[in-house]
This record gives sequence, C-alpha cells and structure tokens, in this order.
Amino acid sequence: MIDARQLTKEYGEKTAVDGLEFVVRPGTVTGFLGPNGAGKSTTMRMVVGLDAPTSGSVTVNGHRYARHQAPLQEVGALLEAKSIHPGRSAYNHLRALALTHGIPGRRVDEVIDLAGLGSVAKKRAGAFSLGMGQRLGIAAALLGDPQTVMLDEPVNGLDPEGVLWIRNLLKGLADDGRTVFVSSHLMSEMALVADHLIVVGRGRLLADTTVADLIREAGGDTVKVATQDPARLRDVLAGPGVDVTGRIGSEELQVTGLTAREIGLKAAEHSIALFELSARTVSLEEAFMDLTRDAVEYHGSTTGIDTLGRPA
Amino acid sequence: MSTLTAPAEEPRTAPARPAYRVTGRRVLSSEWAKLWSLRSTWITLGLGLLFLVAFGLISASRYKSGIDSGHMDRDFADSTAVSLSLFGANFAQLALGVLGVLVTAGEYSTGMIRSTLAAVPRRLPVLWSKAAVFGLVALVVGTLGGFVAFLIGSGIVSGTPAAMSLSDAGVLRSLLGAGLYLGLVGVIGTALGALLRSVAGGISVLVAALMLIPGLISLLPSSWQDDISPYLPSNAGESMFALTHDSTALSPGAGLLVFLCWTALALGGAAYRLARSDV
Repeated sequence: MIDARQLTKEYGEKTAVDGLEFVVRPGTVTGFLGPNGAGKSTTMRMVVGLDAPTSGSVTVNGHRYARHQAPLQEVGALLEAKSIHPGRSAYNHLRALALTHGIPGRRVDEVIDLAGLGSVAKKRAGAFSLGMGQRLGIAAALLGDPQTVMLDEPVNGLDPEGVLWIRNLLKGLADDGRTVFVSSHLMSEMALVADHLIVVGRGRLLADTTVADLIREAGGDTVKVATQDPARLRDVLAGPGVDVTGRIGSEELQVTGLTAREIGLKAAEHSIALFELSARTVSLEEAFMDLTRDAVEYHGSTTGIDTLGRPA
Repeated sequence: MSTLTAPAEEPRTAPARPAYRVTGRRVLSSEWAKLWSLRSTWITLGLGLLFLVAFGLISASRYKSGIDSGHMDRDFADSTAVSLSLFGANFAQLALGVLGVLVTAGEYSTGMIRSTLAAVPRRLPVLWSKAAVFGLVALVVGTLGGFVAFLIGSGIVSGTPAAMSLSDAGVLRSLLGAGLYLGLVGVIGTALGALLRSVAGGISVLVAALMLIPGLISLLPSSWQDDISPYLPSNAGESMFALTHDSTALSPGAGLLVFLCWTALALGGAAYRLARSDV
C-alpha cells in the first residue's frame, strides 16, 4: 500500500509534483498514467526516498520507506533509466543488493530465472540490450519478494514477448495480493493490465478512477443522430437509463443508453426521418487525451511539417 | 469447531516471510562484493602496487649506479634506503586515490547509486562502508608495496651510505606510515567522489589537493609559507612516512593527526551532501 498526502516536489521555480493525494491498494494493478513530464517518475523516486518531498509525505505500508528494516522487502522498484554499473555482471549486481539485506544466494538465482536472464547472468550488464536491462531491473525489483512492486515504464524497450511477460507478471503479482503500481504514458498498454488508474498531468491529480468509469465519464458509448424533428425524437426515445442531449435549434442529438439499431427502429416506428445515425465509441486513448489535453507539457504540431515544406 | 479451523487457516493468511534486515555488517559485505566484482578495481590496484614497487626499485638502482660511477646526482645526496624505496608513493597515491573516487563517483555516473540507495535508504552506512572497505584495501596494498619495495631496494643499495635494514630506528615506522598514508588517500578519494558526484571533478580536486597546491603555495610570501605549508595534506602526509624531518616539517604523529583531520573534513562534507540532497 502506497499512501501519498499533499505530495509536492519543486525544483527551483518549477513544480514537478503538485499536491498529489492518492492511495495505491493491494490486490490490484494500479496504473499511473500521464503525459511525459507529468511528474510520474519524480513521484516514484519520492516513494523510495531518492528525492525528498518539498512538502507533504508519502508512506509505504504505513511508514516512510527509509524507516523500514528491510526496504527491499517492502517495495521493489524499477526506476527510469538504468540503475546498474555496466562493468558488473547481472549476477554480481543482484548479489551485491541481496547482501545488504541478508537475502540468500538461492533467491538471486530464482529471480534470474524468473526474469529469463539465465544465459546472460555472468555477462557484463553494460553489454545488455534495452530489453535485457529492463529484465535485470525487474529481477532486482523482485529480489526482496516485496509486498509492493513499483515499476516505471516497464514495457519500454521490450519485445512483444517481453511485453506479454510483463502483463502476466503484473497480474500474477496482484493476484498474490501484492500492491502493483505501474507507470506508463501509453493508455492502450494500461488498459490491458490495470484495474485502477491514477491519472496525472503537470504534477496534479486529474483522475483517480477505474478503467470502466474513465470511459463512461469521457462520453461512454454515444450515438449521434441527425433528424428532421429532434423534439419529437427526444420524446420517443425517452426512457429509464436513456440520456438525450442536443443544442436547441440543431438537428443533431447525442444519445446514450440505446444502440443505433434501437434508435433506428423506434424512429421508423414513429415515422421520423433520420439523416444520420452513427455510433461513436470513445476509446480509452481518447478518454485519456480529453483528460490530459490541457496538461500536456510538450505539444507537437501537425501543421509544422506543412509550413516547413512551403517556401515562406 | 471454530477453534480447530482458526489455527489451520493461519498459515494461509500470513505466509511465512523471511525476516530480512539491513545491518551495518551486511552493507559492508555488499560494498566488499561490489569492489571486487569490477575489473577496474583489479587493474588500478595492480597499477598502484606496480608504481610503488617499480619506481622504488628504479630510484634505488639509479642511486646505486650513481655511487658506482662516482658522480652522484645532487638530488640523491642525502637519500636513505627508505626514501629511495618509497619514491613510488607519489605515483601510487594517484592510482589509489583515483580508484577511491571511482568507488563512489562511479556509482553516480552509471546510475548504480539509485539501486544502492533504494536498498539502503538510510544512506550514510553506504558511505562509511565504502570508505572502510576501500581504505582497508588501499592500506593493505600500500603497506605491502612499501615493504616489498624496501626489502628489494635495501638489497640493491646495501654497502652504500644509504644502506638501512628493517631493524634500524624509524624504518618500520616509516613503512607503516606510508601504508597508512596511502590508505587514508584512498578514503579521501572515496569522500571526494561522494562529495562531488563526478569522476572528473573528484580526480581534479584530488590531484589539486595532493600535487598542485604545494606548488602554488611557493608563490606566497615566505613567512606565510612556513606557517601554512606543513599543514597541507601532501606535506602533513609526507611527515607521516619521512624518515628525517627538517625544522619546518611536522613530526610523524602530528602529521598523522593533521592528515586525519583532512580525511575527516572530506568525509564530513560527503556525508552532509549524501544525507541532504536528492540523487
């Protein structure tokens, strides 16, 4: 369990994390989602005490991380970038970490096998590919058999097989009753593994919700109808669980709670002419974009390429 | 019935978890394992030992050939077997000091420090362990190198005015002092690496403190020189292992004390930064 209270981190003028307040609970995979520069990595670094909060606090299983007797047994963390010495072998890297806690050598062998590093464990870690480096980082995170597993962008650099491995690993850890906290800037990836979502932008909390709720709030499954007689269609469609919206004087209505097929049949039944009838499913990606539109740190421009090509 | 089922369920709800724990001794053993699992350690320690022994033997041979041919270099005039065989200490201190910087600053440049401090979030035990482990290794290498250089070097210069044996007054103290000096240079290196968090920065300050500043001091008025010069790290350190002391130099004991103060200062600065700032 991770508990952040009014967690704030300032770097000089810039506020990287701004009063974050959330709880990550055991037994589920919690996704930590936000655009680049939203403060995800900074938050995770504060959880394990690498950065000190400017104000507020974050605790793990009730205590500050540094106060635990066996920190690696409380939180196993994979942080951004490589956190290894390239001159040391994977085995020696893990063994050095294990020695600080009195973790036996057989556990080192276990996590090497678990991460699929058996064949390269004695090689210098500096020669590892990005994906192998991620696997080594995950092996290190699991070393202390921790209650809470916290991974920053774990699928970065992994091949499809590795991505699948991570997904199953995360679900398995959550099923064991562990707290699993995973950051990503890819909603599509999160949708496949996470049950719960914490969405941040510019260091602020934007949503603390479930995947299903997020879609519903973002507009869910609406059907767009254009008709000659919107007022009458409204009355015809009205019913429990059905929500019809539309601007006055417009021929367009947005309907939730009914399928396009049901709307079409009802309109025909009452002889109302329809000009358009289309179902619009909001993808998670869109829901996420909607939520974070104002909070994106670095906007790309799609028109920039045009203007570049054209002589001014 | 319920009293029977309760204990049976207990192992399932609270699975036996091994009781791991971070202790000072375990951090020490981790740092020991880290030091020896890098190739650069073996290479640099080998270089340090080589410098110490080889330069000692070269200077002893030069002295001997000077005596034999009859015209003596003025620099060598009042040499002893000790000063000749410890000639390499100046070069060995560079190798050992640089390796000390690498032990700490190398973790920052590679990112290893994040793994290290996530495992030991109380942080300071890491610095103490690194300093202790590497200081001890540098002490052993320095002492070993000093004795080997003296034993062979004194054989080369036997029968000359510089000849000395281990049983002569001050010889043992000089050789042990040289080992201790090199051990403390190793500690200063680790402290500078942790303080500056940069390999290049740490090496620069180390070289400046041990080799450049004594030269720059000669630009000061001579009355100041006499007051400041003996207390500089390099000169205080040299007093620890020099066999003879002129009037301005510190005694071996005072030299050790001053050099220990410099070491403590560097370690204190490193501890302050490690405990206070983000990584």
